[in-house]
Amino acid sequence: MSEILLKANQLSKNYGKVKAVTNLSFEIRKGSVYGILGPNGSGKSTTLGIVLSVVNASSGNFEWFEGALDTQKALKKVGAIIERPNFYPYMSARENLELVCLIKEIPNSAIEKALKEVGLEDRSEDLFSTFSLGMKQRLAIASALLNDPEILILDEPTNGLDPQGIHQIRVLIQYIASKGTTILLASHLLDEVEKVCDQVIILQKGKSIYSGSVQEMGKSGAYLLVGAIDIEQLTAHIKQSQNFEILGKEGSFLKIKTNHSPESINKYFSEQGIFLTHLSSHQKRLEELFLEITNA
Amino acid sequence: MKRLFLIEYHKIKHSRSSIILISAYFVFLTLIALIAAIKFDIGPIEFHLADQGIFNFPLIWHFNSFIAAFFKLFLAVVIVSMISNEYSNRTLKQNLIDGLSKKEFLASKVIVVAVFSGLSTLFVALISLILGMIYSDYTEISIVFSELHFLLLYFLKLFGFFSLCLFLGILIKRSAFALGFLIVLLIGEQIAWGVGGELLAEYGNFATKTDAFSFASQIKGFFPLQASFNLLHEPFTRLSAIQSVAKELGEEIVLNYQTTMKEIGIALVYILLYLWGSLNILKKRDL
Repeated sequence: MSEILLKANQLSKNYGKVKAVTNLSFEIRKGSVYGILGPNGSGKSTTLGIVLSVVNASSGNFEWFEGALDTQKALKKVGAIIERPNFYPYMSARENLELVCLIKEIPNSAIEKALKEVGLEDRSEDLFSTFSLGMKQRLAIASALLNDPEILILDEPTNGLDPQGIHQIRVLIQYIASKGTTILLASHLLDEVEKVCDQVIILQKGKSIYSGSVQEMGKSGAYLLVGAIDIEQLTAHIKQSQNFEILGKEGSFLKIKTNHSPESINKYFSEQGIFLTHLSSHQKRLEELFLEITNA
Repeated sequence: MKRLFLIEYHKIKHSRSSIILISAYFVFLTLIALIAAIKFDIGPIEFHLADQGIFNFPLIWHFNSFIAAFFKLFLAVVIVSMISNEYSNRTLKQNLIDGLSKKEFLASKVIVVAVFSGLSTLFVALISLILGMIYSDYTEISIVFSELHFLLLYFLKLFGFFSLCLFLGILIKRSAFALGFLIVLLIGEQIAWGVGGELLAEYGNFATKTDAFSFASQIKGFFPLQASFNLLHEPFTRLSAIQSVAKELGEEIVLNYQTTMKEIGIALVYILLYLWGSLNILKKRDL
């Protein structure tokens, strides 16, 4: 098992009577790309705020790098953008990054590389206030990458961006992930998470309702579409069998759930004298599974 | 310490509005020198302010630090807006996410407060020294460098006032409201003193109204702005011209110009309260 970078234990946050996060526990391990999914108001940003020390937890605790570093020292090894890019509007991109270098205690030599990675090297002397939202978001990613972070935390990184901006940020995240950087991505855009994450934590009303790999989650929603010359015979047989569960009909095909592979099923039915005219394997998209899990 | 100073220096040196206000402050401080130019002739009366003894050592340390303290509002605006901008631009949140602790954030602002107070004190000392060397009747070393404690009190006065501004900036988060609150506090202290004095005169066990107001003034000394003001008592009645006029009117002005340990203690307690309060707000408030 890989090293645990962040471990949250029974985190809760109440705003008056409103329970934003309730007894949330999770682990972030090195080398994976995690997605925190949930509808607006599910507690994603609050959870990230707690582990980044900008929101005080009502109860519970968390530790970075298996307790080897206190939170403030640990955050110097983390790159994070919460909700929207926060910079000094009267400073240029480079001046803002110089300030981040001072805070993180890293040399200014890291700036050039970070600006290049996000494609802002030509705008480095321009004031932050003159940047478009997409450029601001890219500058925020450059800032988060300055210290070559062990983990990159992104909260709704494509919020408010136009399609081109969304694409640029997605490509950037995939590029960063491909370098082996651990990423924790909070989003309510399931397509975004499905494309880049291999682990997901699904939150609803501040509680974790699913935590596991995207692949496992996909498997749990896998189904087969089967067709036969005699569909009545097929249906009757499936109903009697313990190995199948009929999920419904899709056109003239049956939608079934089983633990067996398509090859073994084809062989099984032909042995039973039922000849299949159609057999295809399908997986539900993350969006469908998410809506099922959250009962939306 | 050096890192925290460099962080704040980086923030301020790129802020045009801060640079303008800081420059304006030091220009206005320099204008104290223009007092020396105040001259008027009314018939047989020739009046030259510089000749009235205000630039005599050691009075000049007292006089100049008292006058210069009124210009502190320029730097107060810089401090309050510096804090409120950290909130409105959400850069405070980002600074913390980037690895600055809340204690370090406050410490960096306290360093700014200390540097502003220190620079202003040095500047006032320099101007006073130059003006004194030009206009003072006494330039013996022992006299020139006596009563330098007024400069320390000036530093403490500025540090205390800027600490209050820092606290209000953190508490209120909006520069206009924080500065507005300062004005309300100033007026409120005067009203409380006036109303309190009248009530004490009416219902208190005081022989005269003057006694009642004298007691009200003692109480007022515990109010935040008055505590700061009391660090430097007014110097005007020390002027020989004023003393002569008083004598001619049959009055003798006997005032203690020295700041008491009690007054210094009150100011120090307030500074500790402002800093402790600021840290607690930062720690407890979610961003």
